Parts: sequence; C-alpha cells; structure tokens
Amino acid sequence: METALAGLVAAFFATSIYLLLSRHLIRVLIGVAILGNAVNLLLFTSGRLTREVPAFIGLDEMVPAPGVANALPQALILTAIVISFSFFAFLLVLGYRAYQELGTDDTNGMRIAEPRSEPPPPMGY
Amino acid sequence: MATPDHAATAVDLTAALVAAPIPAADWLVILPVLIPMVAGAIGLVTRWRSGLQWHLALGALSLTLVVDVMLLIRVATEGPIVMAMGRWLPPFGISFTADALGATFAVTAAVVALVATFYARDSFNVSERRYGIFPFLLLLMAGVSGAFLTGDLFNLYVWFEVLLISSFGMLVMGSEKAQIDGTIKYAFLNLVATTLFLIAIGLLYGVLGTLNMADIVGAAQRAPSSAPLIAIACLFFFAFAMKAGAFPVNAWLPASYHTPRIVVSALFAGLLTKVGVYALLRVLVMLLPRQADAFSGLVAVIAALTMVLGALGALAQSDFRRMLGYLIISGIGSMLVGVALATEAALTGAIVYAVHSMLTMTALYLIAGVMAARVDGSFDLRRLGGLYGASPLLAGLFLVLGLSVAGLPPFSGFWPKLVLVDASLAAGSRMLAFAILATGFLTTLAVGRVWLYAFWRGGPEGTADGTRTVLGPAGDTAAADRRGTALLLPVLVLAAAIVGLGLWPAPLYDFAGVAARGLIDPTAYIGAVFGGLQ
Amino acid sequence: MRTLIFRTVAPYIASLMLLFSIFVLLRGHNDPGGGFIGGLIGASGLAIYGLACGVATVRRAIRVHPMSIAGIGLILAALAGILSLPAGVPFMTGLWVYPTILGSEAALSTPMLFDIGVYCVVMGAITSIALCLEEYDGD
Repeated sequence: METALAGLVAAFFATSIYLLLSRHLIRVLIGVAILGNAVNLLLFTSGRLTREVPAFIGLDEMVPAPGVANALPQALILTAIVISFSFFAFLLVLGYRAYQELGTDDTNGMRIAEPRSEPPPPMGY
Repeated sequence: MATPDHAATAVDLTAALVAAPIPAADWLVILPVLIPMVAGAIGLVTRWRSGLQWHLALGALSLTLVVDVMLLIRVATEGPIVMAMGRWLPPFGISFTADALGATFAVTAAVVALVATFYARDSFNVSERRYGIFPFLLLLMAGVSGAFLTGDLFNLYVWFEVLLISSFGMLVMGSEKAQIDGTIKYAFLNLVATTLFLIAIGLLYGVLGTLNMADIVGAAQRAPSSAPLIAIACLFFFAFAMKAGAFPVNAWLPASYHTPRIVVSALFAGLLTKVGVYALLRVLVMLLPRQADAFSGLVAVIAALTMVLGALGALAQSDFRRMLGYLIISGIGSMLVGVALATEAALTGAIVYAVHSMLTMTALYLIAGVMAARVDGSFDLRRLGGLYGASPLLAGLFLVLGLSVAGLPPFSGFWPKLVLVDASLAAGSRMLAFAILATGFLTTLAVGRVWLYAFWRGGPEGTADGTRTVLGPAGDTAAADRRGTALLLPVLVLAAAIVGLGLWPAPLYDFAGVAARGLIDPTAYIGAVFGGLQ
Repeated sequence: MRTLIFRTVAPYIASLMLLFSIFVLLRGHNDPGGGFIGGLIGASGLAIYGLACGVATVRRAIRVHPMSIAGIGLILAALAGILSLPAGVPFMTGLWVYPTILGSEAALSTPMLFDIGVYCVVMGAITSIALCLEEYDGD
C-alpha cells in the first residue's frame, strides 16, 4: 500500500514541479495547490498506513483500540492544509492583482522591480 | 454530551502530564511570542485608531525586549528553560525551550524590531496605518520569536509560516507595480522553501517517529547514519538555505528587498534571513550533526560562493538599496561557514556574526532611508552626492556602519570574521579563509564607492563641486535637517551597539561560546526538556 | 451572477450557512467539526451573499471589517492560553468549568474558547480575501 501511495506522491510532485516551472502565473498557482496536496499525502504516508481502524476513542472506552492509525500525521496534515489553503488564497489575490496592475501573467514580463536594461554603476567621478 | 474531564480521571495520565504547578517565571519562555501576538490582535481590531498604532507597537516591542532580556539572564544563570504546552510532557506535547542560542537571537531580534519601529513613526501615512502595517509588524515579530524559542520541529514550521504571511502583508503594502512584482517572486519562492521544509519534516517523522527537538537528538544518534537521514538533512539544508538566501537559491532576495518602504526592508534585513540561519544551526548542527557531516564539503563551497558572489553582486549595483540586498547575502555566507565547519570556534564566530549582521544590516537600510530623504527620495548612486557637507554626523555614522559590514576594526564585524578565518585555517580549509578575506575586500570596495559618491563628492552628477542645491525636497533646509536628525536617532543607537560590540566583544563572545557548546553537546538542552519538569 | 432567483435565495442560504457554521463549531469538541471548518462554512456563506448582492452589502451587514473579526479571534485564542497563568499551569492547558445554565450542565472550557478564536480568525481572514476577490470581479 505504501508503495502505491509513494508512486502517487511522486506523480503529484512531478506534476506540480512541471507546473511550477511554467512562465504563466496561473499555472504556477495550480502547481502550488498540487504541491500542497503532494506534501499532505507524503505526511499521511509517513505515519504508516493502517486500514479500517480510525483514530477515534469510542464513547464508552478510555483508550483507543489497539492498532489504530497514528493520529499525529493526521493532525500535522490538518495544520498543513490550513496553512496551504490560506497561502493559496493569498497568492490567488496577489496573482490576480499582478495581472491587473502589470497587465500580464507571464513572469518574463515582470521586470519592474529588476529592470532588464539597468545601466552599470558609475565607474568614476 | 460526555464530559471528558470525568472520563479522563479513569485513565492514569500522571506519567504524561506535568504534575507540579509551574513557577510563574517559566512564562518568560512564552511571553516573547504572546506579547507581540496579543498586541498585534489588538492593533487589528483598533485599526481605525491610526494614531494609536505606532504607540501600541512601540510599547509591545519594548515589553518584548524587556522580557527577552530577562529570559537571556535566566538562561545565562540557570541553563535552558522549558515550558511544556498544555501540561503534556515532551515528547507528547510541544515544549517551548529557550537555550543560549535562541535567547541570543531573540534579544537581538527584539532590539532590531524596536529600533526599526521607532524609526517608522512618520514612515506611514494614515491609510497605510489603517491598512494594518503595525499589526503585521507585531505578528511578524511573534513569528520570529516563536521560531527562536520553540522546541518542536513542526511548531518551527508553523512559526515560519506566521512570519512569512505577515511579511507578505508588509511587502505588498502600497501596491505599487514594483512591489507587486517583488512580492510575487518573494511569495512563490518562499512558499516553495517552506514546503521543502515540511517535506523534510514528514520524512523525518517517518524515519524517527518524533518531532521534539530534544528527542530527535537521541533518536538520530541511535539511528544508523544511512542514506534516508542524510537525504533528509540535505532537504533541510536546501529549505533553510533558501530561507536564508544562500547561493544559488537566493534570487528572491534581491528581487524583493528593495521594493517596500525602507523601514520594512530594514526589518526584513535584520530578521528574516537570520531565522533561516538559526534553523540551519539548530537542525544541521544540533539535531543531525553526523548526517550533516556527510555533505559539509558542499556546505563549505556554498558558503564561499554565497560570500563572494554576494559581494560581487553588491559591486554591480547602482541602486544603494539593491546593493544592500546583496550585502545581506554576502553576510549569510559568513554564517554558513559556521554550519560547514561545525567546530566550537566556527559556531561561536557564526553566532556573533549573526548578531552583528542583524544590527548592521538594519542600520544600513535605515541610514539609506535618511540619505534618500536628503536627496529627493532617490537611492540611485548617480543622484546621491554632497551629503558630507550637509550632515557630517550622517557621514560619520555611515562610515561606522560601512566599515563594520566590511569587517574592519574596531567595529562589530571585525571580531567574528577574525574568528571565522582562524577557525577555517584550524579546520584546514584555506578556501574558506580566503573567501572570507576576499569578501571583506570586495565589500570594502562596494561600501567605499557609496561613501565616495554619496558623501565625498560635492554634488550629484552634473552639478559643480561644493554646491548644496540637492538639499531638502522643497528648499526648507532647516526642517529637513530637523527631520533627518530625528530619524538618525535609531541609527545612532544601532551604531553605538556596533561600536560597543567592537570595543568590548568579550561578553558576547563568552555567551556565544556557551550557545555553540550547547549546539555541539546538547545534554543540558535534553536534560531541561526531559528532566526539569517533574 | 446577479439573477433574481439567486438574489432572492442568497440571504436565506447565507443565514442558514452562518447558523450551520456555529453548529459545526460547537459540535466540534467531541465530534467531527470545529473552528476551522465552521469558519470556512461561515465565510463561504458571506461569500455567496457577496456574489449575489454585492460586496458593499456584505460589508454593511457584518458592520465591522472582516480583519477586525480575525483580530478578535486572535485575542480569544491567546486568552485561552493566558488563562493558564492565574491557574498556575503551563500555557494552553485545558481548563474546565461546569456551570448549570437553564437547568442543564454546560461544559465550558479553554479549548472551546480557543476553537471560537480559530473560528473568528478563519472567518475574518477568508471573508476578507473572498470579498477582495469579488470586489475586483465587479470592475
């Protein structure tokens, strides 16, 4: 099972890196979203996979049943989801804003902060 | 509805919970995070009181500094202090742990933030204060303090994200085209860096089964130094080096640091990259030393390249602010020497260099702001000139800061560089020693050129020597002088600290030595986390 | 988007979602649910209202700026931790009281306070981002 999920994680990473390398901001954004999910899946796999015993304690029990899934990676994923979600929301606004202000979503066209034809510093005075 | 409290009494949890009531003094560990966070929240709620914001930030940061200094004193006298969050004993709960390294960084960060905030009194107009620049600043500070004081790797990730999202807010404020452009690069690349950090955390948890730093030390020592852990250490190095701005993953820094308001740049210069350096020291030197040893040669090469290429980048810039961005990168290289060699002397040098760099880079950005305010707001070297005649005090301060960043005596940059060169030679790495010295030379050239252009010549390009036409935006020289002098006060404080550290380096050295020994042999740290709670 | 049907139904949907978000928040202590998911549901309710009736209407309806809601949430969450100080226990320790309200015992705790804080932070931050995006959509 771990092997299958590892393959899936690899596919996720490959997709997201391919998209992150794009020049278009919207593709990079989608790449970021997939990257977050790839990491979450990785965290999930790293906590060992067990089937059909949820990490819950029954109402009339004091301790979890033997063999339950490790709850910590799930808690970590929950935090990571919250963070990647809020980052994605922020980046979405930022990307949209950039498209409006700069008139392009091509990163090659975004050279305002670092102009292409910057003259060299003065050589003497 | 079930009442969990009644149920919990049936299970024996005494082995997992803190039993005794904790002394109130232990709250010192958590207060440097709590104070800025609460103040930031109050600032968010009262954003419409724009006149209040600056006072709130200044008060909260002063309080944070006081608490940090008290924490430092307690750490110096009693060793590491721990607070187990939610009464759960480590490794079950998150333990906030202050040791010499964390406390040193936290105090310096608080000094830098306080001084920059003092400078920022008139930097923002009403709408920018209503936008919430000061709450963002406070939340950034909460994230920085949290990163320095936490004892849990995943918690460190959370604080990274807190400071990152606050820095986004500060960077994009104003929404000029250049700012949005810079923020895009900063945001995406930093997000990739923190995601790499998270991947490394996930894999480390899969291999060792713990995320508590004190617990990881033991688990990593017991585990064989095999490929998985070395790969994980490599991932950590990649992620933190990107945060710190090490070559070749530093493209985000010169692309964004010159775009926001100068005081925001100054804060970022003092705080953000140093969090990356701190994480490198903590994770590679303390948690995974044997694994990091496997690629220390690579770290050394990266350190040398970061130093030299940063200084060369600084030489190639005609914009003063962008030049400072490259000087930050160059300084990061010196700190990486400590990570690469991981000897006591090298680590001491790196820690002192980090303190020096936080103070000096912030001061340099602030003085750049004062200089630009004198010359119609431009940072272009071609348009600066004649400032010596206008303000000898400004010129003197710049000289102090410039010589300090270049590593010349008797300022704070000299001693750590000396120690680092010494440690490199002792470790048999002539390459690193040469790189440090070459960087010092190149930095002196870069800073010297600014001195020549901005201060020494009579006026900017195209004006005759000795004219004072450039002064003051609207001719009101007296008012400009008064404003400039008020802005110089924070720079003066930082310069005094830099001179002080240059003339009396011993106390900082001794304490940095304690921090370095704590990194190499974390027995006291582990003892405090696991033993000091009963 | 601003069809008559949508505009008529949106206030009811939004108010139902806000109610449901509070239900999810309070049920979260022992069952699936909680502050984050509750806050998301509440924020999407407001976002739907904004899509249908315009951003200005939403801003008027919630009276305070969404970021202020987030600030209040942050204060509540911090308060849940600070209450440990007078109790003499480490930061963020769960503290419980069982007052009898209207004849039934209510279990009030600092984790619940923290969760309400999370609810407000998520609700405020996401609403602020959603309204921001919808505002751009308008022009």
